[in-house]
Amino acid sequence: MGLEAYLKDNGFFTTKIDAIIAWARKSSVWPMPMGISCCAIEMMAVGDPKYDIARFGSEVMRFTPRQCDLMIVAGTVTYKMAPVVRKIYDQMPEPKWVIAMGACTSSGGMYRSYSVVQGIDQFLPVDVYLAGCPPRPDNLLHALMKIQDKIGKTKASEFPNIPLNKIDINLPELNVIQKN
Amino acid sequence: MDLKTLIPQKLKEKFPTVDFEVSDYRDELTIKFDKKYIVEVCKFLKSDSELEFSLCSDITAIDWATRKNRFTVVYNIFSMKHNFRLRLKADVDEGDCKIDSVSSVWRAANWQERETYDMYGIKFNNHPDLRRMYMPEEFEYHPLRKDFPLMGIPGSLPLPKK
Repeated sequence: MGLEAYLKDNGFFTTKIDAIIAWARKSSVWPMPMGISCCAIEMMAVGDPKYDIARFGSEVMRFTPRQCDLMIVAGTVTYKMAPVVRKIYDQMPEPKWVIAMGACTSSGGMYRSYSVVQGIDQFLPVDVYLAGCPPRPDNLLHALMKIQDKIGKTKASEFPNIPLNKIDINLPELNVIQKN
Repeated sequence: MDLKTLIPQKLKEKFPTVDFEVSDYRDELTIKFDKKYIVEVCKFLKSDSELEFSLCSDITAIDWATRKNRFTVVYNIFSMKHNFRLRLKADVDEGDCKIDSVSSVWRAANWQERETYDMYGIKFNNHPDLRRMYMPEEFEYHPLRKDFPLMGIPGSLPLPKK
């Protein structure tokens, strides 16, 4: 199933550096659990033995963005919360990916209202949109597998090598209100 | 004596000059009166030993949009002693969008009045800390007013850059 299948006869194999790095990356995606509302309950269920996100190497939910490479935005993002989500995203080291989990996160969902951002892609680059209100845990695993497919196709040279302390955190000044 | 008759009777004795409009709908007692007496009446309802409305469960408002007195501020208070709920109402006009704060009577009123201010723009005189409750402090509008659009004013809430 894994590398050992290749190793049993000769003890070594040859590969491309891009392939081995992409394989390592996609097999240990560390999620940042950005649990904002009810979707977070389903996200927790993904961690339990029944669904077991550990099968995909993603059981290490890090509660500091500096150790994560996948942000699972699970819940309704309000305008007041948006700068916080963005700030946490900006603190994650490259390369990084985002799952917009659930209807609210992807499009505002049932909250068609002045207070809710109608889709987090207005301020974040989203890789996978996940339907459901909330999505079932196996659905989130499917999204994770999509992310893994995407990571598997990447090349190491695609990603800029930016030291953590050089990351530019762009936040709007809250006292500036633009009028149309 | 039944509280539903006792409360209006005691209020009329204590405040003979105030016009109390008492209504009893679906077993809920509501008393409406002029906004300038709100603090005195609340103080009396809380401190009177026979009534003891010790809990202010909610303060909110109604926007009637086109009516002359545009807003009605609503106080839902509760007497632990009698397990009795009472609703107080006072009209506030848009031109003079102010009412006295009852946060000196019930401390719980502090945040409830802030919320009402945030959502309707009704100012509470003598409030110790009248800031917005939910919306950002720089926000200029009051979302629960009837003339506020459902999807908000475009650009009035800033988003981070992509």
